Amino acid sequence: MSRQPTGFTGKILTANHLLSGEVIYFGKDHTWVNRFELAKVITDPLAAIDLLAEAEGQTNTVVGPYLIEAAQSIDGCPTPTHFREGFRMRGPSNMFHGKQAEQTL
Amino acid sequence: MYSYSQFDRAFVASRNQQFRAQVARRIDGSLTEDEFKPLRLMNGLYLQLHAYMLRVAVPYGTLNSQQMHRLADIADRFDKGYGHFTTRQNIQFNWPKLNDVPDILDSLAEVEMHAIQTSGNCIRNVTADHFAGAAADEISDPRPTAELIRQWSTDHPEFAFLPRKFKLAVIGAEQDRAVIRAHDIGLRLVKSGSGASGYQVIVGGGLGRTPMIGKVLRDFLPKADLLPYLEAILQVYNLLGRRDNKYKARIKITVHETGIEAIRAMVEDRFRIQKAGFDGSDQVLLAEIERAFALPASLNLPLVEFETGNRQNPAFRSFVDTNIAAHKRPEYAIVTISLKKPGQTPGDATSAQMRALADIARQYGHDELRVSHEQNIILPHIHRAFLPRVYQALKAADLASANIGLISDIIACPGMDYCALATARSIPIAQQIAVRFQDLKLEQDIGPLKVKISGCINACGHHHLGHIGILGLEKSGVESYQITLGGDATQSATIGTRTGPGFSADEILPAVERLITTYLALRHTAEPFLETYRRLGMAPFKTALYDGGVGRHAA
Repeated sequence: MSRQPTGFTGKILTANHLLSGEVIYFGKDHTWVNRFELAKVITDPLAAIDLLAEAEGQTNTVVGPYLIEAAQSIDGCPTPTHFREGFRMRGPSNMFHGKQAEQTL
Repeated sequence: MYSYSQFDRAFVASRNQQFRAQVARRIDGSLTEDEFKPLRLMNGLYLQLHAYMLRVAVPYGTLNSQQMHRLADIADRFDKGYGHFTTRQNIQFNWPKLNDVPDILDSLAEVEMHAIQTSGNCIRNVTADHFAGAAADEISDPRPTAELIRQWSTDHPEFAFLPRKFKLAVIGAEQDRAVIRAHDIGLRLVKSGSGASGYQVIVGGGLGRTPMIGKVLRDFLPKADLLPYLEAILQVYNLLGRRDNKYKARIKITVHETGIEAIRAMVEDRFRIQKAGFDGSDQVLLAEIERAFALPASLNLPLVEFETGNRQNPAFRSFVDTNIAAHKRPEYAIVTISLKKPGQTPGDATSAQMRALADIARQYGHDELRVSHEQNIILPHIHRAFLPRVYQALKAADLASANIGLISDIIACPGMDYCALATARSIPIAQQIAVRFQDLKLEQDIGPLKVKISGCINACGHHHLGHIGILGLEKSGVESYQITLGGDATQSATIGTRTGPGFSADEILPAVERLITTYLALRHTAEPFLETYRRLGMAPFKTALYDGGVGRHAA
């Protein structure tokens, strides 16, 4: 869950949802989504900065947007490089709560 | 127990009304997050890793059954059916939604509870000995003092924007069960040579990245001088505190940099001025508060049931031996209920468990419960005749673990499973240690041992004060755990010493096992871990951790 083999690296834009506090990601469809695998991997650093600036303006929807590092995992899907983001992506490890419990969505 | 006055009720209601409007303005876009954040923090609302977190104050750790029932109802209605009791005697809900929080606060206010000053650079919830008003060794009940401080400090305009957060703890016995030497101000109720009541005042303790043991500022402060003296300390701190650097802003740094003598002189100067402004009405109020904390009327019951239970049921006897402390009244007992069943998250209670605790307290315990900084629940007044029935009721609620003060009775902060500040997880480490030593059936043999785990340098898990302390950090992209030994949270408070390089998440449990094996091999008969460590020093433990070369982390 920490350093995965990297086929490419890119950025993913994340934040918490204002009302629910839930972890959200800027999606491939350019809306905010709640599942990591639907997140847009941004490979152009300048585009990432632009999207972050835009998100910072969306204060009625999102709280505390920031960019995280993503790498390609063995199965070809993007995965966060830092274990903290792994917990945000899944939920706590002591309880089956959070996103891991809602994967049927 | 103290009951809200008309003033308290109106104040909390008005704060809740204000916060409801602030939440509405945040949601409709009138307030930005930068504007809203200090407002939500003033009301105990954090944004953590996965969700909002609401920290509810349990003033000096005291609850009645109605309040505990309400916490259970909130857990079910607005959260995921549980709550987490913290090392500052508070309770945290991990999953509330922003627009539910005003309703939660109103619901709390109905049972005289709130979340005010559980965050921010103000005077935080005042903690106290969790055996207050019950312990056999107590000189005076610290709770009236804590309640007086709560009333004085709530919304105190002069102390609403301190350089940093400010924590007070009060005890009324020689035995320190509230870690007063690791607080910004620690107060111990004492009697002077002539029998007058007063306080020993300790200042400048704290954990975090610069752990310090508090220093005695005044050996004896007459009881009536408390509030002007506290104001004097806060004024000196407000003036000198390092607002330029968050990491140097706590009073422990102010005391350290200025020197205790200079601080004392400045405090005494301010004190003379402040004292002139007090006309004694605070002492009238304190006397009223004291009446609210009178010891409940004693029951007169035969002890046959207790004696039979003790004789016939080894599990009950083990529970009594481990979880019971001496009460002021010999026919009574203080029961500590472990929220540390091996494998469980330290400090978590389900709503069903909260209800069971509330019902037991109402039926057998004069309607009183306490939360300890060690993340357990206490029934402070149980007649010994009721102990077998209390034990059975606890067992039915899966709350009868007989492990108080043992290796599985671990303090652990939420760590990276929940906390936005954490650098590593704490809970799974606590779970592993507790389960492992339960499996080995060594707990009782190991005896008294405090393991304390923090998931970051801020030290909410009090790792510096653990006989074995564990600090979770990040090293090269993975979780890494540093061990400290020899910490002590009591009246002989000591900051633990780091053993050396850290251990990975996989290596920390074997490392703890090596420490315990070494202790068991080297201890004298009936010598607790801490004493063995003090006698032998770090060397044999360091050898056990590192020289075997087994499982050593490459960090």
